[in-house]
Amino acid sequence: MVDLFELLIGKEGDKDYKKKPVIVQGITGKFGSFHTQQMLAYGTNVVAGVTPGKGGQEHEGVPIYETMSEAVNATGAKISIIFVPAKFFLSAAVEALESGIKLLIAIPEHVPVKDALTIVELAKKKDAIVVGPNTPGIIIPGIIKIGIMPASPFKEGRIAVISRSGTLMYEVSHNLSVANFGQSICFGIGGDPINGTPLIQAFDTIRNGANIDGIVVVGEIGGDAEEMLAQHIIDTKFDKPVVAYIAGRAAPKEKRMGHAGAIVYGNYGSAESKVSMYAKANVPVAKRPAEVPMLLAGKLGKGRIK
Amino acid sequence: MRLLEYQAKSLFAEYGIPIPKGLTSIDIGQGRKDAAVLGFPFVIKAQMAVGGRGKAGAIQKCQNADEFELKYPDIMQKVVKGEKTKAILLEKMADIKKELYLSLFLNRGKRCYTIIASGEGGVEIESVKNQIIHEVGLGNVDAKTAEEVGKQMGLKDKPLTQFIDILQKLAKITVEKEAELAEINPLAVLGDDSVVALDGKVIIDDNAMFRHDELRKFQEVSELEERAEKSGFSLVELDGNIAVVGNGAGLVMSTLDMLSDNGGKPACFLDVGGGATTETVYEALTLISKMKKVKGILVNLYGGIVKTTTVATAFLKAYDDKIIDLPVFARMSGAEADKSKEMLKGSRTKMFDTIEEAINAAVIEMNKNG
Repeated sequence: MVDLFELLIGKEGDKDYKKKPVIVQGITGKFGSFHTQQMLAYGTNVVAGVTPGKGGQEHEGVPIYETMSEAVNATGAKISIIFVPAKFFLSAAVEALESGIKLLIAIPEHVPVKDALTIVELAKKKDAIVVGPNTPGIIIPGIIKIGIMPASPFKEGRIAVISRSGTLMYEVSHNLSVANFGQSICFGIGGDPINGTPLIQAFDTIRNGANIDGIVVVGEIGGDAEEMLAQHIIDTKFDKPVVAYIAGRAAPKEKRMGHAGAIVYGNYGSAESKVSMYAKANVPVAKRPAEVPMLLAGKLGKGRIK
Repeated sequence: MRLLEYQAKSLFAEYGIPIPKGLTSIDIGQGRKDAAVLGFPFVIKAQMAVGGRGKAGAIQKCQNADEFELKYPDIMQKVVKGEKTKAILLEKMADIKKELYLSLFLNRGKRCYTIIASGEGGVEIESVKNQIIHEVGLGNVDAKTAEEVGKQMGLKDKPLTQFIDILQKLAKITVEKEAELAEINPLAVLGDDSVVALDGKVIIDDNAMFRHDELRKFQEVSELEERAEKSGFSLVELDGNIAVVGNGAGLVMSTLDMLSDNGGKPACFLDVGGGATTETVYEALTLISKMKKVKGILVNLYGGIVKTTTVATAFLKAYDDKIIDLPVFARMSGAEADKSKEMLKGSRTKMFDTIEEAINAAVIEMNKNG
């Protein structure tokens, strides 16, 4: 299995340690272009872009290639971030995985479920990690930012944040940073019904690979990912503090609340169901984003003297 | 997009799944003609995108013309769980021997399609007993799998043969039309051992609609929703008087929760998308101005990359253009917050440092006006 942290950071002694090369698919679009600038400004090593028809040109000082296989061959990059419109996502993602990309960050919103399932299957075959679709991406504060998140809410530290929502990930991380809880990684799994890396998988990757004091899980209504995670925390006896937030308590049933995945059918996907499962796993659920650091401080305080 | 029963059944018919003879109308004039064609008795079924119609009296048997004149208008004006009747389906009654349950749905946790079937259908899925659950990857179902499921349900002979065919056709609909759910409940075995879909629920993946022009005719969007979609917003209309606007679905949901916790009544959920520009915020205010029930606007923007002044400009422009004349309670984190506060001084938009303060002010103001 490929290791997320080895892909993102590498090992001490690697010549590209903490400077892992990244390819941007759809680099010349308005969105892709803007966020390429932002990632470069953060220090992310963007080494190539791909836009069919524009191979050979440069954009933001980054060379553009016609195809992913050319870009991968030229740079040796194993990470790619996709900015193409949803209807072109499938072909862009297939091209990336077929070219040897091992970590694919899928930004587009509105990707059809069938296309997401197809990519999940292909990624399994290729032993690759897909994050998203409909994700803000991943940031390891101070080291690498692959995504569309602003840099300002994040600060280096030892708390991991996993989120189904973009702006809520920024909001919660901002609250944590202000309370002096920096982050070891902030991982946006995406707001769609099908996640390339589902919540439990993201959770396990982080607990095994990052230096953490605790994990904050930002969830929302829809599906049963939070319930499954709560059961998983119980089953695996995870003993570090976990604090959760769930958006959408006041949302009506059977209405899609912005995110394709945020919809309640009957009790399936309801906030009550998630909160009660979290209670069984001894995971407190914040009523509002600003409450997250307080609950975390409470949890951390219990185990040791600060 | 959730299809109405008659729309789901038209898909079933197209794919060769047997359905009872039925006709759909939206007024009693057409209804009378349909009744004459079908002949009494039949069932009058409200077409609405919600479960529990039977219990609510939105599905009723009809024996003769006198009953028809009473029941048709009654069912036409039914409201169940907030959903109005959109049309009326008149359908021949079936001689039911046994009711089954069958569905194919997108299993989010397992990341594949899954069949749920039972020999004891006709009740809501939560109460369906002896569920047979079978994972089927991307949704295709071969004859062998279908036969296995049918046998587990206790079917044999003619009903089994028919069931195998129906399950495979339902799977074909799921795959070809990109449904998140295709459900037949009840699927009935009739007196002559034929198997017929007595109800149908199909939910199409909204994000796949760009590949399905043939399904557009089933799409029903309000003028506001259509405008919102064009701008890349998501809009859900609610019952209260405070419009809730923000960037990012999670953040807007979170704002809705906090507003409700504090006794406020949200009038809508409006997500303008991850970024926020002068144009998007201006368009959001324009959309809200079309909702009569709105008495105030609560704005929660996580700026980050966006400058608060770009958003303040949108508010000022909306007042100048007389798009809105409502109090706005805004929290926006991000660059140049002080400057934007200065810009908005004297306007009806109040800027707050935290969303909690903005919500308190909004709720107090709404209560003042009764």
